[in-house]
Amino acid sequence: MTIDRADIEKLGELARIAITEANIEATTRSINEVLALVDQLQSANTDQVSPLANPLDATQRLRHDRISESNHREDFQPLAPATENGLYLVPKVIE
Amino acid sequence: MTWETVIGLEVHTQLATHTKIFSGASTEFGAEPNTQACAIDLAMPGTLPVLNEEALRMAVMFGLAVDADIGKISAFERKNYFYPDLPKGYQTTQLEKPIVLGGHLDIELADGTTKTIRIHHAHLEEDAGKSLHEDFHGMSGIDLNRAGTPLIEIVSEPDMSNSDEAVAFAKKLHAIVTSLEICDGIMAHGSMRFDVNVSVRHKGDELGIRTETKNLNSFRFMEKAIKKEVERQIDLIEDGGTVLQETRLYDGDTDTARSMRSKEEANDYRYFPCPDLLPIEIDQAYIDAVKASLPELPDARHQRFMEQYQLSSYDAGVLGDDAATAHYFETTTEQCGDAKLAANWVSGELAAKLNSEDMAIQQSPVSAEQLAALIKRISDKTVSNKMAREVFEVMWQGEGDPDSIIEARGLKQVSDSGAIEAMVDEVIENSSKQIDNYLNADEAKRPKMLGYFVGQIMKASKGQANPQQVNEILLNKLNALL
Repeated sequence: MTIDRADIEKLGELARIAITEANIEATTRSINEVLALVDQLQSANTDQVSPLANPLDATQRLRHDRISESNHREDFQPLAPATENGLYLVPKVIE
Repeated sequence: MTWETVIGLEVHTQLATHTKIFSGASTEFGAEPNTQACAIDLAMPGTLPVLNEEALRMAVMFGLAVDADIGKISAFERKNYFYPDLPKGYQTTQLEKPIVLGGHLDIELADGTTKTIRIHHAHLEEDAGKSLHEDFHGMSGIDLNRAGTPLIEIVSEPDMSNSDEAVAFAKKLHAIVTSLEICDGIMAHGSMRFDVNVSVRHKGDELGIRTETKNLNSFRFMEKAIKKEVERQIDLIEDGGTVLQETRLYDGDTDTARSMRSKEEANDYRYFPCPDLLPIEIDQAYIDAVKASLPELPDARHQRFMEQYQLSSYDAGVLGDDAATAHYFETTTEQCGDAKLAANWVSGELAAKLNSEDMAIQQSPVSAEQLAALIKRISDKTVSNKMAREVFEVMWQGEGDPDSIIEARGLKQVSDSGAIEAMVDEVIENSSKQIDNYLNADEAKRPKMLGYFVGQIMKASKGQANPQQVNEILLNKLNALL
């Protein structure tokens, strides 16, 4: 498959990535190259192969349900651009 | 033409673990903002999640309780979306290999028959934080204490055909998860939240286009939101329009709903297996052990309550469906020794009070032990039912145990027959006209006329005379005059 300029603009919007006018041709071209590689991979026969959730031959370890993290709010909050009354402040979001 | 409604539910159920699903931060409700959000919950670089064994066990318990298959290998995936209450930029959830597959439960319909509702699957995932949209100088406030709280999302098949069935299903799930003690079930804390998928069609047609109304946090709102949406879709189609596949938001306070986003603008979540978490493998021995540990489930308890306490099916449902209510009722009964009175009080006075203040039974200011102590004073005739309600009011205000309230307010019932006799005599003496009327009246009319005298005697005793004794003594004395 290939994608065109309009697809790239739409993808940029969905991914919240600003793609400049100067970049758009180059971006479209390199993504199409990646898609061509994927097309090539698609041609491999995977009928007998089960999907891989993780490349490691291991399973998930579990933790006990015990509180091990204390309050470090005063250490974390100075890293944020804006806080108030213990809340992190972000540009207004209303759905 | 007959319309048919098709409803499916997605139920977000917060698991009652002490810590988050992937971090050791506390999940306790009501803490100061962001004091329970650790580096993992905040998505600090370099942190790695480790799964909470209790969250896994609770999800398996749920699966076994609804007769589902348990995924012996399940895996986590990332659901990518952009919202400030989700610091990682993705929710860790399950898609291809959920922990609970299939399952079903029975709901009771209004006509007394039962209907089986199938469960498609249930998966483990993390909750997001909370956005506070009050104005902070044109910005929104974010509290991430809830971020990472373990959830199971229970997804039903579209087997419900009206709001009553949807509510019955939701209540049954509530009964099951509270009985399993895997969820506290406190709706006001958001411990259970519902997304409803609704479509309509003409009888026999293919499925119509569905809408999803998100984040309903009470049974009542869910019922109203469904009714509203069914009405909207039918009106729309009958007026020649078409239903759009969209996500809608319902506002319970104003009973209105609006479109949140349509399919065209829908997020592409770009699911992929989470590389930070390995597949979860559980064996049959683990499943068997969890199965052996399952507590009594609502259907079994319902049956037991009817047999053990001689309750009607309705009362057994009211008292036994919710685990916290069942526990309260059984503790009260055990302590006061009178199941009938305990049932009346828990499903009557207490339920009404909780309801009017929108409280869960766990939040009741009157404990089961205190209520039992009050019921004992009714049983031993220290107070009448009416007085007990007065004492209960005071107990509700947190003013201590019933005995000291009865003592302090002089609410003791007078059961001393000598004292009651004296009051009866006095009233008879002072009511010669009414006595004459009574004595000359038709025998059939007399019982009705007794009310006057009883009223006077109760008034003289300041409401404290034992009404049964008053009736008895009064009747004896009046009969003697005939």
